[in-house]
Amino acid sequence: MPALGADMEAGTLVEWCVKLGDHVKSGDVIAVVETQKGAIEVEIFADGVVSNILVPVGERVPVGTVLARIGGAGAAEATSAAETLAVAARTPPSPARAAPEFRRAQPSAAPQASRLKVTPVARRRAAAFRLDLAGIRGSGVEGAIRLADVEAAASKASTAPPAVKRGLDLSEMRKAIAAAMSRSKREIPHYYLSETVDLHAALAWLERFNAEKEPIDRVLPAVLFLKAAALALREQPKLNGFYENGTFAAAEAVHVGWAVALRGGGLIAPAILNADKKSLAELMSSMRDLVERARRGGLRGSELMSPTVTVTNVGDRGAETVTGVIYPPQVALVGFGRVVMRPWVVDERIESRPIVSISLAADHRVTDGHLGGLYLAAVARLLQEPERL
Amino acid sequence: MNAPQEPPSPLRLTYREACKQALRQALHADPRVFLMGEDIGRYGGCYAVTKGLLEEFGEDRIRDTPLSESAFVGAGIGAAMAGMRPIVEIMTVNFSLLALDQILNNAVTIPYMSGGQFAVPLVIRMATGGGRRVAAQHSHSLEGWYAHIPGLRILTPAMVEDARFMLIAALKDPNPTLIFEHVMLYNMEGDIDPAITCVDMDQAKVRRAGADVSLITYGGSLFKTLDAAERLSKEGVEAEVVDLRALRPLDTKTILESVVKTRRCIIIDEAWRSGSIAAEIGMRIAEEAFFELDAPLRRVCGREVPMPYAAHLEDACLPQSEAIAAAALDLVRPS
Amino acid sequence: MTDEELRRLILELICEIAPEADPAIARDQDDLRETFDLDSMDFANLVVAIHKRTNIDIPEADYNKLFTLKSAIAYLLAKAKA
Repeated sequence: MPALGADMEAGTLVEWCVKLGDHVKSGDVIAVVETQKGAIEVEIFADGVVSNILVPVGERVPVGTVLARIGGAGAAEATSAAETLAVAARTPPSPARAAPEFRRAQPSAAPQASRLKVTPVARRRAAAFRLDLAGIRGSGVEGAIRLADVEAAASKASTAPPAVKRGLDLSEMRKAIAAAMSRSKREIPHYYLSETVDLHAALAWLERFNAEKEPIDRVLPAVLFLKAAALALREQPKLNGFYENGTFAAAEAVHVGWAVALRGGGLIAPAILNADKKSLAELMSSMRDLVERARRGGLRGSELMSPTVTVTNVGDRGAETVTGVIYPPQVALVGFGRVVMRPWVVDERIESRPIVSISLAADHRVTDGHLGGLYLAAVARLLQEPERL
Repeated sequence: MNAPQEPPSPLRLTYREACKQALRQALHADPRVFLMGEDIGRYGGCYAVTKGLLEEFGEDRIRDTPLSESAFVGAGIGAAMAGMRPIVEIMTVNFSLLALDQILNNAVTIPYMSGGQFAVPLVIRMATGGGRRVAAQHSHSLEGWYAHIPGLRILTPAMVEDARFMLIAALKDPNPTLIFEHVMLYNMEGDIDPAITCVDMDQAKVRRAGADVSLITYGGSLFKTLDAAERLSKEGVEAEVVDLRALRPLDTKTILESVVKTRRCIIIDEAWRSGSIAAEIGMRIAEEAFFELDAPLRRVCGREVPMPYAAHLEDACLPQSEAIAAAALDLVRPS
Repeated sequence: MTDEELRRLILELICEIAPEADPAIARDQDDLRETFDLDSMDFANLVVAIHKRTNIDIPEADYNKLFTLKSAIAYLLAKAKA
């Protein structure tokens, strides 16, 4: 059971999308889990064959619980001796022959004593690393897998722990938002900056860009904001990453959590991956897809877990300025207010110009206002050269 | 110009002497303080803690009592209720059971049942523990039983510094306090920083820092545990030794901080294992730090028999540093 | 296409975009974005959907003519005739 939110403790398995013996590859959706943030599709991060399904539909299990086991690609093969022992305790002998009778016979054949021994902290860490414990050799008391074993296995597999754990929500979303935002305001010393930016050039360019295009290919101003915000993060990597356990770790990529308001209340910020590297057209289609699925409840776990920063855009019916609350453990939130027509001084003259207020809420434990100011200046600068976005 | 002042050299004294200094300080400081107990006056106390005090303070304040723990503890409770600050000595914890009714049903309950109209600022000192070849009537460690009782403060000084200053702190507490002095500590010598004039009664202290395993103990087992930690260090295992100092209230915070750091824990307690304070500590760790643990919780406790008289049997019944070190090594580096 | 057909079409497409929407509450003069809580993306999707179903070309500059049912129907009728 993946952690799909900073405060998620358990989830209910509502649907299995695979069955015993199915071949799966990394990225496949294998199950649907109901969380505080709604139904989330759980993906697999390895290739192989489903060798055991451990959690039945309808069961609510804590985060970190193994939902299913994946055998190596090719079915009944190359598991090490230690692995075989551990797997045998919990797995019907062969996926192909896993008839119901076999499963019923299993409990008496596999006494509880052969359960995999794992220390509590090691189990927790393995879940964070998404490591399959069955493959790890224990060096602890009574052969238990302990922290050092998990860490060694993790570094060998060079699977970094998932950068963030993010959640999605439906009926209980309010609770989840309350928990995350309270934690944010309790723990994060926010500082706020804002910059008012003339969008004359950007919107004029966008009008031309959209002019010859079919409606489906037209790009919203929000996409320019997203791209500018993402590109500027490359210049200020200290705003892009996570503050956990007293230290900041910059993220390698820019995965922008795009705040999507749900009709009737609630907010989700699923990731637009590598937003700094996508074209405007790609960003528009990502955003369209994400908004649609966020509202339908078809987001994937990985989309909730990966944002490294959040961008919120209030749109044309929103307020003129927005100052956000950072989503921990992220360290920054960039807000775009409503575009408004305002008098603006151009070459000593006053002109009517479309103006947007761009704000930054950032974590003072990681950065200071000077750096935040440089970031906003970069966003403003990028928006003056829309053709380069 | 004054001559540069030498930093005061540390005071070196025995645990017994520290107990006596504490009593003398209390007697000098407060006329309401007096001592009661079996053989504490003319004989000087069965462990000679009060030797010389009768001559110094007189019969009114250093009172030999009949051999009736119930009577003289009861008298102490009455005196405390009446505004005195009695310090009662019980020869050994085994004998204190004769006064258990007084302690539990009177000393502890009167402040509650009188709605706070009566305080019982009574201090009871008693010897505890094994190792002196005085067999089963004199050698048990029952302080964990007393730690079961809400309303009592249970102090278990192990360091000379605590023996010297915990009594003064206890006398300021309006509630009954029991001080357990381990019999094997009386002859031990230790240094006291002359700058120290008081200690707290509430906090456990880390006596040796280490990252690999927490060894939690108190009283007479502290020095065996510190010795075990030195042995472990030679094996490349750094143990953290936590001296509880008080069994009630128990400083769970310090315990958890250490265990969360090392993720492994052994509790060393020479009392019997079943229903012991070691069991209580283990349970608190399981309740509050389960997910931090990287090894099963372990205990090194006294063997569950009445204490034998024969030296080799008595030694075999008590936690010894070899066994503590072996238990720790097994957790950190299982073979 | 008649007035009524366009009206039904627009409301149907809004319901696809915002499944929670109750078409019965729509009034001709009201801003559809307010009535059905449509944001910029929803509105862009509405234009895409109208374009797909009617094949009427709707330049971006004309988006504001689709904000109310009344103006949208008038605009689309005019464009369809043209």
